[in-house]
Amino acid sequence: MDKKWYEKNGAEGDVVISTRVRLARNLEKYPFPARCSNELRQQIAEKVKDAVLNSNSVISSRFSALDVDNISMGERVSLVERHLVSPEFISDKGDKTLLLLDDESVSIMINEEDHVRLQVMCEGFDLDRAYEQASRIDTLLDERLKFAFSDTLGYLTQCPTNLGTGMRASVMLHLPALHDAKAMRKITENLSKLGITVRGAYGEGSEPTAAFYQLSNQITLGIGEKTAIENLRNITKQLIAQELQSRQAMAKRIEVQDKIYRAEGILKSARLIDGGEALKHLSRVRFGVTTGLIKDVSLDTINRLIVEIQPATLMKQTGKQLAPGERDAVRATLIRNNIGG
Amino acid sequence: MLCQKCKTRQANTHIKQVINGELTEMDLCQECASKLGYDNAFGDFLDIGSMMSGFLGMPMPTISALAREEKCPGCGATFSQITKSGRVGCAKCYDTFYDRLLPMIKRIHGNTVHTGKRLRTARLESGKTETAPVQTESKAEKKPTELEQLSEKLAAAIKSQEFEQAAQLRDRINEIKAREARDNG
Repeated sequence: MDKKWYEKNGAEGDVVISTRVRLARNLEKYPFPARCSNELRQQIAEKVKDAVLNSNSVISSRFSALDVDNISMGERVSLVERHLVSPEFISDKGDKTLLLLDDESVSIMINEEDHVRLQVMCEGFDLDRAYEQASRIDTLLDERLKFAFSDTLGYLTQCPTNLGTGMRASVMLHLPALHDAKAMRKITENLSKLGITVRGAYGEGSEPTAAFYQLSNQITLGIGEKTAIENLRNITKQLIAQELQSRQAMAKRIEVQDKIYRAEGILKSARLIDGGEALKHLSRVRFGVTTGLIKDVSLDTINRLIVEIQPATLMKQTGKQLAPGERDAVRATLIRNNIGG
Repeated sequence: MLCQKCKTRQANTHIKQVINGELTEMDLCQECASKLGYDNAFGDFLDIGSMMSGFLGMPMPTISALAREEKCPGCGATFSQITKSGRVGCAKCYDTFYDRLLPMIKRIHGNTVHTGKRLRTARLESGKTETAPVQTESKAEKKPTELEQLSEKLAAAIKSQEFEQAAQLRDRINEIKAREARDNG
């Protein structure tokens, strides 16, 4: 079977892990989800499902529907860990349906904050591909569903922060050099002035444990999709350049090399490792691979491990419920088997 | 409810997150939320209720609470329900409460007029081709119709915060649209 997007390394993969474009849409005739009865939510789910699964495009046959209310919490959390749905989507029940493309690159959440949240993910830095795919599916749905739209305000959404294009484009970046140089706080402040939001991916709050960051456009009204994407692309390119430059300089320092080789040593020999520690070391090893210090590990493997070592996804693979201590042992084995020790 | 972090201030920000394989929900005060980095990412929409009422000098006056408050004919939501929850009730609310929502929309986006992809029906009406939906925004500069001119004036009025004039322009735009809808059967 083909690799999924989170198992591959893509364009500008030294820095950019993945690209995502999300469109928010609502059906004109129905109140927004917070004001919908269960009955209306059911109707909405049926309508959207029908539009996606029975369109006259070949892509329809590649989608399958998942009734999120009827799967275990573990499986739901694993969907979040694989970035297929938002935490919000799994937090409470209410006719939440997920339509997922066979390669997991497109997910359509029904009855999330808006009736329809269409999301396209791809490996590496590829905003155009992600947007074009999202827009194509959106156009397909537009033929069969009547979306709420106003000439002045654009696509109408439950939260006014998404009005207009309803589009949130984002890139997930690995920035170990800028992170270690403590440059991210300042960068975040500056980018916010340019309409770009920066937040830590993984880890809690503003101190991402492993230097993974997500950049996305803040504004959706009065700025078209292409312009917003261009803006995000230009800023991302600058960050990539800065990051790579600092990496080359840092990789020459023995203290940095020491940290990288120690991280590799731990991953190759640990028998128990928790998620946070594993992610921290994988981040360092990734740094080592991109600077040529570590040669026998591929970025594909690291990208895949970053997803697979997370608790719910780990348990999904083993097919059984594990206590945290047991998970640490399974995780350590999984890493050793992939990185070699 | 008190903030779960500092346990002294009122919580006003609700965070949902997956941490260590568990779905975790937290109620935080503004300060702790900001310290944990939720200010610029989530701040806007998690705290939109207080932002809206802050901007409009709410809390809603008791007099208007006594009087019958206007309800959206689409979903029955009142404006105070919208500001309180930070969630708009339905598509029609944007029509019903347009004047009152506009200052807040401007504050969020710095703009009030959509540019970008349009509905298929809207694209067909404006005579744009289906083949390149991605490029619709750059095609705006052809011959401006009356509607487009009015929309531009509307944008300008809003930019200079002349909301009264903006409301008049919007009514005019709605009239034209209603007329066109009638003419098109």
